[in-house]
Amino acid sequence: MLELILFSSLNGLLYGLLLFLLASGLTLIFSMMGVLNFAHASFYMLGAYFGYQISRWVGYWPGLLLAPLLVGGIGALVERYGLRTVHKHGHVAELLFTFGLAYIIEELVQMVWGKIPVDYRVPELLNFSAFTLFSTTYPAFRMFMLCMSVVVFIALLLLLTRTRVGLIIRAALSHPNMVGALGHNVPMVFMLVFGVGCGLAALAGVIAGPALVTYPAMAASLGPILFVVVVVGGLGSLPGAFIASLVIGLIQTFAVAVNVSLADVLGHVGITLTRDSIGGDLWMATVAQVAPIIPYMLLVLVLIFRPKGLMGDRDT
Amino acid sequence: MNRHAYLLPWIAAVVVVLLLPYVFSSGAAITMMSLMGFAIIFALSFNMLLGQTGMLSFGHAVYYGLGGFMTAHALNVIAAGKWPIPLPVLPLVGGLTGLSFAILFGWVSTKRAGTAFSMISLGIGELVAACSLILRGFFGGEGGISTSRTATLRLFGISFGPQIQVYYLIAAWCLLCMAAMYAFTRTPLGRMCNAVRDNPERAEFVGYSTQMVRFIAFCVAGFFAGVAGGLAAIHYEIVTSSVVGAVPSGYVLLMAYIGGVAFFIGPIIGAVLMTLLQISLSDYTGAWQLYVGVMFVLVVMYAPWGLGGLVLMHAPLLSAGTFRRVLPAYALVALPSAMLFAGGVLLVETSHHLLVKATEGPAMRLFGVGYEANSPMVWVAIVVLLVVGGVLLKRLSPKVSEAFHAARQDALSKRIAA
Amino acid sequence: MKPVLSPSRWALVAALALASWGAQAQIKIAYIDPLSGGGASVGEHGWKHLQYLVEGINAKGGVLGGQKLEAVPFDNKGSPQESLVQAQKAIDAGVRFLTQGNGSGAAIAISEFVAKYNERNPGKEVLYFNYAAVDPVLTNDKCSYWHFRWDASADIKMAALTNFMKDQKAIKKVYIIGQDYSFGHSVRGAANAMLKAKRPDVQIVGDELHPLLKITDFSPYVAKIKASGADSVITGNWGNDMSLLLKAAADAGLQVNWYTYYAGGAGGPTAIKQTGLDHRVYQIVEWHTNVPAPDMEAFADAFLKKHGGASKQGWWYLRMKNQMEMFALALNSAKSAEPKKVAAVLHDMKFKNALGAEVFMRPTDHSLFQDMYVSSFGSGTKHDEEGTGWGWKTTTLIKAADTVIPTTCKMVAPS
Repeated sequence: MLELILFSSLNGLLYGLLLFLLASGLTLIFSMMGVLNFAHASFYMLGAYFGYQISRWVGYWPGLLLAPLLVGGIGALVERYGLRTVHKHGHVAELLFTFGLAYIIEELVQMVWGKIPVDYRVPELLNFSAFTLFSTTYPAFRMFMLCMSVVVFIALLLLLTRTRVGLIIRAALSHPNMVGALGHNVPMVFMLVFGVGCGLAALAGVIAGPALVTYPAMAASLGPILFVVVVVGGLGSLPGAFIASLVIGLIQTFAVAVNVSLADVLGHVGITLTRDSIGGDLWMATVAQVAPIIPYMLLVLVLIFRPKGLMGDRDT
Repeated sequence: MNRHAYLLPWIAAVVVVLLLPYVFSSGAAITMMSLMGFAIIFALSFNMLLGQTGMLSFGHAVYYGLGGFMTAHALNVIAAGKWPIPLPVLPLVGGLTGLSFAILFGWVSTKRAGTAFSMISLGIGELVAACSLILRGFFGGEGGISTSRTATLRLFGISFGPQIQVYYLIAAWCLLCMAAMYAFTRTPLGRMCNAVRDNPERAEFVGYSTQMVRFIAFCVAGFFAGVAGGLAAIHYEIVTSSVVGAVPSGYVLLMAYIGGVAFFIGPIIGAVLMTLLQISLSDYTGAWQLYVGVMFVLVVMYAPWGLGGLVLMHAPLLSAGTFRRVLPAYALVALPSAMLFAGGVLLVETSHHLLVKATEGPAMRLFGVGYEANSPMVWVAIVVLLVVGGVLLKRLSPKVSEAFHAARQDALSKRIAA
Repeated sequence: MKPVLSPSRWALVAALALASWGAQAQIKIAYIDPLSGGGASVGEHGWKHLQYLVEGINAKGGVLGGQKLEAVPFDNKGSPQESLVQAQKAIDAGVRFLTQGNGSGAAIAISEFVAKYNERNPGKEVLYFNYAAVDPVLTNDKCSYWHFRWDASADIKMAALTNFMKDQKAIKKVYIIGQDYSFGHSVRGAANAMLKAKRPDVQIVGDELHPLLKITDFSPYVAKIKASGADSVITGNWGNDMSLLLKAAADAGLQVNWYTYYAGGAGGPTAIKQTGLDHRVYQIVEWHTNVPAPDMEAFADAFLKKHGGASKQGWWYLRMKNQMEMFALALNSAKSAEPKKVAAVLHDMKFKNALGAEVFMRPTDHSLFQDMYVSSFGSGTKHDEEGTGWGWKTTTLIKAADTVIPTTCKMVAPS
C-alpha cells in the first residue's frame, strides 16, 4: 500500500510538473495578450517531434537545446505575422486563428512523420533505473524529467522577479496599456513572451517525448487538461498555475489507483446497489473510471462559482 | 417588386432539393447529399449561437450527439414494442433531447459571456464525452448504440431502407428547419440576440436581461442541433460516443465560419462545401484536411466574413450595376492568386507524395500532368510560383480594395439617389 | 445496309470486348482498419500483409483465368461509426469484399451493416472477411451468413490458455487487465469462469478494465499490479495498449508471468525484450516464426526482407494468408466473382494451409478451426523478432479438432 502511494505520488508529481511547464507559457500568453492559445499543446508536440528528429541525426542532448529554440522562433513568427494580423478582428478571431493553427500543425506532423508513434528513445546516459524501493524500480529518466521541470520553474521565477525584462513582463501582465504609454515596445514584449511560451512548451515536449509516446494525437490528448489548469489556477497568476498543475496531476494519478465505487461505499452503510438498479451505471462506476472527468468538473465548477480561479487577480 | 418575392428563394430551394437526385444519381452522390442535409441543420444551429448571438461554443456537438443517442434508443424501443410511430417523426425526439440538455447545461453556461462561455462549453463537451465510458447503458460503451431504420411503422409502403428515401426524409427536415431558423432571425427575439451580440451593455439598458436572451437562443440552438443528430442517427444506424466529442464540435465551427457567420446562408454554403471536400477531396489527395485547415486560417485572417460573405458582398454591386467596375482589378489579381494557389498545391502534393507515399517511387501526377517528385525543377517552380505570386498579390491587393470600395460607394449613392 | 461481318463491326465488337475485359480485370477487396491513432501500428502492419498477399496472388496469374485482385485501404480510425462510413464509401466505389480485424467494436458494426445492406439490396450483396476480431458474439448471438472469421474466438483462445495454466503449479495469484470494450469484457468473463473451473485454488487478485487505445502511461496500472502481489497477469490487450503496458512493466521492473493473446503483435517483442522476462511471456496464436514448416518459413523470410524495414516487423497473420488463399480458391471454384456464389463455396470449405495442416470452416457459424500454439518469448530460438535476438518457442500444440467449442448461432442462409 505504502509502495503504491509513494510511486503514485512520484508519478503524480511528475505529471503535474510537466503540466506546469506547459501551463506556465499558456498563462503568460493568456494573461498578457488575452489570447487563449489553442495551439499551445501543438507546440509541445512540435517540440517532441523536433527533438526526435534531432536525436536521430545528432543525439538527444543537442535536441534538448535546439528544439525549444527552433519552436520558440516559429512561435515568435506566428505571433508577428499571424496573430498581429488577426488582432484587429477581435478576441474571437484570435481564438479561431490559434484553433486553425492547431489543426494545421497536427496535419503537417502527420504528413512529415507519419500517423503511427515514432520511436523517440531515452538517451543511453539515462537508460537505467535510479533506485529501487520495495522491489519496484524507478527509471532515471523520470528523475531527470522531475529535475528539469523544477529547474525551469526556478529559472522562470528568477527571470520574472529578479530581472528588468521580468519586471516589464509582469507589468504588462496586468497593465499593458500603461506599459505601452511608458515607452516600452509592447508588441516586441508580446512577441518575446509568445516565443518563450512556445519554447517552454517545446521543452516539455522534448522531456516528455521519450517517456510518454510521441504520436500525432499527443496535442489533442493534453490540450483540454491544459485549459483546465490555466483557468483553475487563475489568470495572471503563475503560482496559481503551479498549484493547479500539481493538484490535477496528483488527482489524476491517484484516482486511477482507487477501485472504490459509490456502490461499495453505500454497501458499507447497508444499502445494496447493483448495475440493474436505477442509475446503475453511476453507482457502479469506480473512482478509477471516473478519473478522466474530474478535471473537467473542476473547470466547470470554477468557472461558475469562482471565475477568478484559485489565485487569479483578474476575471476570465 | 412583387409582395411575395421573398418566397422565391424558398421555392427554388424546394425545387432544387427535389430534382438533385435526378441530376446526381449515383449511390455515392445520394449518400453525400444526405450528409449535407443534416450538416446544414447542424451548422445553422451553431450559427444561431455564434453569428446571431455572439457566443462561441466549443461543445455544440453535445446536443447533436445526445439527440442522436436518444433517437437511436427511441427507435429501438419503438421497434421492440411495435408502437405505431412512423420514422419521419423520430428526429423530433432528437430535437427535444437537445432542447432538454440545452436547458440543463445552458443555464450555467450562459451565466458568463465571451471567452469564459467558450471555456465552459469546452469543459461540458469534454465532460459528456468522458461520461460515455461510465454510462454504458445510455452510450453503449465502445461499440455504441446500433439501430435499424426499417423497423418502424411503414406509411405508404416506404420502408426507408434504400438511401434515396432517407435522402428525401433528411431533405424535408432540412427545409423545415431552415425555414424555422430563418423565421427565428426575423422575430423580435432574434433581433435582440443581435443586439446582445453587438452591445450587451446597451441591450441591458433597453430592458432585456442579456442572460435570458442568451439562454433562450442557446436552448433553441440545442433543439435544432438535436434534430440534426437524430437525422444522423437514422442515416448511419449507429451512434458512438465520438459524436459528442471535440472533433464534431470543431467541424461544425469550421463549417459555419468558412461559410460565413454574418449571413444566414453562410453556414449552408460552409456545410455543403465541407461535406463535399470531406467526401470527394479525400479521393484526390491524402492531404485534404491540411487544405481545409489552411483555408480556415486564411478565412480567419483575411476574410472573416467567410466565403458566403465574399459572395454576398457583391450583391449591392450587382443590383446597382457597378459590378463592372471591379472586374479589371479582379482580373489583375487573378494571375498572382492562381500562381500562389498552384504553388501551394504543388508544394503540399509533392511533399505529401515524397513523405507519405515514399514506397511508391518519385513518379506522380497532378492535374493530369506527370512528373518526378524529387526533381529540382519542381522545387524551383514551387519557389518561383510562391514568391512571385505572393509579392505581386501584396502589391496589387490595395488596388482591388480601392476598386471595390469605389464600386460600392457608387452603388450606395445610386440607391440613395433612386 | 452493312454486312454482318464488316470490318468496322468486328472492330467495334473487339473494342467492346477488350474494354469489358479491362473493366472486369480488378476484383477489389477493401481493408478497413485503423491507419491512424492508437491502433495504427497493427493496422499498418496488417495492410502490408494484405498488399503482399495480393501481389503474390496476382504474380501467380490472378484469379478466374487472369483477373487481378486489388486491395484498397480505408482508415476507420478504430471507430465503429467511421468503419461504417468507410464501408459505405468502399461499396460506392464498387468493392464487394470487405476485410477487417482490429477491434471487435468495428467488427460488430460492420457485420450488422453488411447484413442490413444485403437484405435491402438483393443482388448487390457484399461479403465481410474478419481476420482478427475475436469477440465470441460475432459467431454466436450476432452471427451472420455474410460474415466469415479466420481467427479463433476469444473463448477458444482462453480455453487453450487456461488449459496450459492449469498445469502450472507455480501460479497462485492472477491479475486480469484488459481494454474496456466488448472484446475486453469477453476475455475477462471467460478468464474468471474458466480459471475458477480448472484451478479453484488460484486467487484472482485484480480485475481491471482501462479505456481503449487512449492511455500512454500505464505506470499507475503497473503499480496496482505490483501492490496486489500477483505472480501472473492475463490480458487480451493489443496495439499500443499491449506494447505500452509491457514498457511500463519494464520501467518498474515488474517480475510476473504474462499470459496474452497479442504480445507478438507489432511493437510487442521489442517491449518484451525491454522487460528482460526470458520465456515468461506467453501468447496463444495459430502460428509463429519458429513453427517447423519450410514453405512458411521461406515465405516469412521473404516478407521480412521486403517489408521489414527499420523495425524488422515480420510476418504475423497466418490467418490472413489462409483467408486470401481460401478466397482465391473459392473464386476459382465458383467460377464467378459474385459474392453470393463465393459465400456458398466458403460456407463449408476445407483447406490445407501453408503448414500442411488441415483447417476447416464450420458451416453453422462460419468459424475457421485450425491448430493453435501456446508459445513463449525468449532466448535460444532459430528466428528472432524485431531484431531483439529473442524469438517464439512452442510450449504446447493444440490440434484443430480439440479447439472446437459449441455455438448458439442460428444463421439464415439466403435462398
